[in-house]
Amino acid sequence: MRSPDPFVPSLFRVDRVWRESADTVTLGLLPIQGEIPAFRSGQFFMLYAFGIGEIPVSVSGLWGQGPLLHTVRAVGPVSQALCRLRPGDTLGVRGPYGSPWPLPQAEGGDLLLIAGGLGLAPLRSALLPALAERERYGRIALLYGARSPADLLFGEERGDWSSRGDLQVEVTVDHASPAWRGSVGVVPARISHTRFAPERAHAFVCGPEVMMRYSAAALLGAGVPPARIFLSLERNMKCAFAVCGRCQFGPTFVCRDGPVFSYDRIARLLSIREL
Amino acid sequence: MPDPKAALAGHPFFSGIDPSIGETLAECAHEVSFPAGRFLAREGEPASGFLLLECGTVALELHRPGRMPIVLETLHEGELVGTSWVIPPYRWSCDVRALDPIRAIAVDARCLRGKSEFDPKLGYELLKRFLPLFVQRLEAVRLQLLDVYGETPT
Ligand SMILES: Cc1cc2nc3c(=O)[nH]c(=O)nc-3n(C[C@H](O)[C@H](O)[C@H](O)COP(=O)(O)OP(=O)(O)OC[C@H]3O[C@@H](n4cnc5c(N)ncnc54)[C@H](O)[C@@H]3O)c2cc1C
Ligand code: FES
Repeated sequence: MRSPDPFVPSLFRVDRVWRESADTVTLGLLPIQGEIPAFRSGQFFMLYAFGIGEIPVSVSGLWGQGPLLHTVRAVGPVSQALCRLRPGDTLGVRGPYGSPWPLPQAEGGDLLLIAGGLGLAPLRSALLPALAERERYGRIALLYGARSPADLLFGEERGDWSSRGDLQVEVTVDHASPAWRGSVGVVPARISHTRFAPERAHAFVCGPEVMMRYSAAALLGAGVPPARIFLSLERNMKCAFAVCGRCQFGPTFVCRDGPVFSYDRIARLLSIREL
Repeated sequence: MPDPKAALAGHPFFSGIDPSIGETLAECAHEVSFPAGRFLAREGEPASGFLLLECGTVALELHRPGRMPIVLETLHEGELVGTSWVIPPYRWSCDVRALDPIRAIAVDARCLRGKSEFDPKLGYELLKRFLPLFVQRLEAVRLQLLDVYGETPT
């Protein structure tokens, strides 16, 4: 149940924990009381590790299909505390917040999902509904880059995706030993090897900002219109509902107007170094 | 053996090439194939040309004493392998290993350099196709060097 004070989180319990890699886990969360609030792919929740702090984390699953799924990488105090949670532990959750991936807008054309590192988690929440309603889209491709083979997420599920005839999956890593049988190289370089019709394609990109900028440049070079390229931005957040100004990005608030923005809306802002 | 002229014109690297230039290029080209695991080139060896991959994947590797080699990049169907032939001293800067059975068009560098000396149109066409490739690969290396997935984004 949602608290009337927007800053007060609801109490959730960890139902399951999946270890994705050495520093990343997926948490399956259930509310102690009431229902999981309705959310859409691309949105995020504020997760509160008691006594430590609160951070924004995107949804990596779907609403109405079991627990609320969040994939968290341990980088600092709060995310480390979240990654240490075990089934039965509790945490605070508030949300959902932010703009979703514009899946309905992408229907009828090709869909490219371009993920870097942990960016696969928010894009998983876009891929699953697109696969569930596969007939609504033209070609679908997932391009996924990570640092090394050991850092690749959702191993088993990726195997299922790769074996589907109706989804092109391109996985590439920055560094590997000769034992790795897959591709080595950066994600933007794989865009020219992807089968899609740029004039009727939408691209959803999520990953470190530099990787997103290079990917957007490669997509533009391939002929995808800027209004059809969507990036999910990360900025530090506090309130998550456009009150505190912490996530201000030029004239926009990432928590309210984003995190998913169309490239034509933010291209100019991305080039301003101070933002 | 397939006709190298048709194969060259059909390869993405030379897509849309002027037929007369394609013909000149074909005089320096022939089809090749290699089994999986074969080294197509070794670091330091003379770079006698380049390959246009038609089928299969190769790994560009750097060997390190006492340690596993590191894979710098993989190149796939439709891509070009080998740029060391353009710049003196014309030597491969890494090992090239076939990960799968390879089918490719091999283009002889000495033949191409010789023809380019007398045919500025050919030389300019090569420049226009190789320069973007150099820039793309430089940008990719920069992104790899940044280690964007590993470290903090600050
Ligand atoms: C909309 C949105 C969605 C997000 N979704 C997710 C998600 O699904 N999963 C997830 O794990 N994180 C996600 N994040 C990022 C997460 O909120 C931050 O990583 C958070 O700051 C971590 O807090 P901390 O206290 O653990 O570390 P901090 O003390 O904030 O940071 C510790 C160190 O890690 C660095 N750091 C911060 N963020 C990152 C990062 N993303 N990658 C690498 N280093 C970082 C900091 O610069 C600092 O040096 C999202 C952020 C936003 C804005
Ligand atoms: S986090 Fe407070 S305004 Fe966005």
